[in-house]
Amino acid sequence: MYNGWKIIIGLIIFVGLITAPFIFSGKKATAKPDPKVDTPEILKLPENERKCVEAKSYMKGEHMKLLNQWRDWVVRDGDTIYTNAEGKRYTISLQNTCMKCHSNKTKFCDECHNYAAVSPYCWDCHIAPKEKKS
Amino acid sequence: MSMDRKEFLKIAGISTILGIGGTSVVNSLRNLVEASQISPNPEALTGKRWGFVVDMSKFNTDEDYQRCIEACDKVHNVPHINNPKHEIKWIWKETYEHAFPGQGTEDKYLSEKIKHMPFLVLCNHCDNPPCVRVCPTKATFKRKDGIVMMDMHRCIGCRFCMAACPYGARSFNWRDPRPFIKEENENREFPTRTKGVVEKCTLCYERLAKGLKPACVEASKGGLIFGDLDDPNSEVRKVLSSHYSFRRKPELGTRPSVYYIF
Amino acid sequence: MLEKAIQGSRRYWVWIFFLLGIIGIGFISYLYQFKNGLGITGMSRDVSWGLYIGQFTFLVGVAASGVMVVLPYYLHNYKKFGRLTILGEFLAISAVVMCMLFIFVDMGQPLRVLNVILHPTLNSVMFFDMVVLSVYLLLNILIGWTVLGAERKEVPPPKWVKPIIYLSIAWAPSIHTVTAFLYAGLPGRHFWLSAIMAARFLASAFAGGPALLIILAMIVRKYTKFDPGKEAIQALGKIVTYCMIINVFFLGLEFFTAFYSQIPGHMQSFVYLYTGLEGHSKLVPIMWVSSILAAVALVLLIFPQIRKNESLLAIACISTFLSLWIDKGFGLVVGGFVPNPFERITEYWPTLPETLITLAVWAVGFLVLTILYKIAVSIKEEVVFDKYGEKQVQTE
Repeated sequence: MYNGWKIIIGLIIFVGLITAPFIFSGKKATAKPDPKVDTPEILKLPENERKCVEAKSYMKGEHMKLLNQWRDWVVRDGDTIYTNAEGKRYTISLQNTCMKCHSNKTKFCDECHNYAAVSPYCWDCHIAPKEKKS
Repeated sequence: MSMDRKEFLKIAGISTILGIGGTSVVNSLRNLVEASQISPNPEALTGKRWGFVVDMSKFNTDEDYQRCIEACDKVHNVPHINNPKHEIKWIWKETYEHAFPGQGTEDKYLSEKIKHMPFLVLCNHCDNPPCVRVCPTKATFKRKDGIVMMDMHRCIGCRFCMAACPYGARSFNWRDPRPFIKEENENREFPTRTKGVVEKCTLCYERLAKGLKPACVEASKGGLIFGDLDDPNSEVRKVLSSHYSFRRKPELGTRPSVYYIF
Repeated sequence: MLEKAIQGSRRYWVWIFFLLGIIGIGFISYLYQFKNGLGITGMSRDVSWGLYIGQFTFLVGVAASGVMVVLPYYLHNYKKFGRLTILGEFLAISAVVMCMLFIFVDMGQPLRVLNVILHPTLNSVMFFDMVVLSVYLLLNILIGWTVLGAERKEVPPPKWVKPIIYLSIAWAPSIHTVTAFLYAGLPGRHFWLSAIMAARFLASAFAGGPALLIILAMIVRKYTKFDPGKEAIQALGKIVTYCMIINVFFLGLEFFTAFYSQIPGHMQSFVYLYTGLEGHSKLVPIMWVSSILAAVALVLLIFPQIRKNESLLAIACISTFLSLWIDKGFGLVVGGFVPNPFERITEYWPTLPETLITLAVWAVGFLVLTILYKIAVSIKEEVVFDKYGEKQVQTE
């Protein structure tokens, strides 16, 4: 073929560039995320009270949207009490409500976020709880 | 059917725009949280126009000023940056001749004591705020209780509000503030800010929501009187009706809510 | 038509790669700024807008100045500008691109820029500025491309272009008026709080923009076979002359109000800029350079015998452009922040990274300009080139 060597070298470079992210992240990227909910604060609660603000499946899928809407209600309207689907009331706050139970950001929040390669900038401002280095 | 490349690209482009645009419109209209699920804290302090009276008779020693400034800085994780170009200040001291330049400028016969008297200055939470008028994203906005609020999530850091504020009340995060917050002073119940957003006094909205007075007011031992200017029976109104009071640059029409009495 | 931009002489490619080099260095500088924050610039809590916004302000004027060739040609059938209009429109595109880039590099949170569109705020002048600039960019791209494409095919442009051209003529002064409104409505900044701010902006735009266009037309004539026309350049020269006179006159009006009223708030910024205030005088040298350049420009422009000499006209145009660039691109913005609301003084001077980023944005603008001009000139050369292969000389 015409310009054969240039094409082959180009193809090799192309394949290299495309597969580079997968090569460099290796096993880390394919490990299934395993968010841990066994923080001391959660373990202190009796077993039947270990519920999040909303059901697990709901939080898994919609926590981003919930937090966005919480943010607008608190910051822009000044209303700080949330009544969940079961009628229980919570103070709307990432730092002081969510992170109080989920005090293990690196073993909980980061698990799925790293897997999905997203880096939400919440904790640039909202102070993440101190974690013991284990 | 046959079409040429130009027409194909046109149809592809328009379908993409309609597709993406349509889905985002539908998505944004779908509300997750019902309005009925959100309510204010019943203990919260409510008012129509929060304001301050700064009673200068109660500020005599340096400690009187520092107490208020440090209370605010601590509760809100205000960083202490040495470079004066990058400093962040929410409430601070300024002498009379600089805080009230219309009064003090080039007045040779003004009492020296008054000229150099320190005054606590902060955001005036104006009733007609020029900063709110210019913000292109409503990141700074006026709440219904009168507080000129900051939405740090929305601020794009254009600093138009800083140009508009006639009182120099606003600070910009020229760099990441976190290295400048001493760990022992950190308030873990309140966020820090990040580089690239503007910040200022927000009248302790988070304390008002829990029924607490602003941090500086509590630390001032009566030097700062806080209340609803719209309520004729509030303490601030009573003080204002019985004293001569003045505000910073009232001729600009901003209607500031921070009054000073002697 | 884009393929015209990748066919060029050696000199053309050397210029392109030179620009790309500057852009590369500036881009790295911008990554440094993105990581560390705007603190790497010379801006401060007191002077919160600096070189970036100053350059933006100046370039909006250059963008608006396209109207100075488009209006006479399309509204009044001034045929002499026939070969200049495309150069004016493409200069406008290049200038608006630079404006938008300068805004982008000045943002503290640039990734959130779309918030301005997601949360439109009709009382904010900045919102309107974004809207009018974006529309102006689209208008000029549409008009320039369509008219040039039609010329290439040697047919008259389609009828729908006419109303869009008329819209762009009305739109051009509006972009600079809105930009002036950014400054002219702020209650605390007495240096800017002037009713004639928009008028001053327009006057300096219509002097500086055409001055640049004259230089560009002369460069095009020297390095390509396309000649925009000696009489067109002379007519533009008259526009530069009158607008520069008006611009200097307006500045004089500001000086009068400030110093005859003797109100400190009005005087202080002028005193800082031209003589120094309380020992702070960093900007005094460049403000006087700007004034001297303006005086030189006026002397060369006002006398027709001097103006008709194209080399002297070129010097006058460079002088005009530089004078206005210093005044609007630096002095005006920084002066508004000195003294600060507490009548204290913090001075400003750009840092090296800030300067590199600024140069890179200018390089992007010149790159866009080069590519667009290359396309326009290539097409015009083919079409306007006469059958004897000689440079077209304007006969009318």
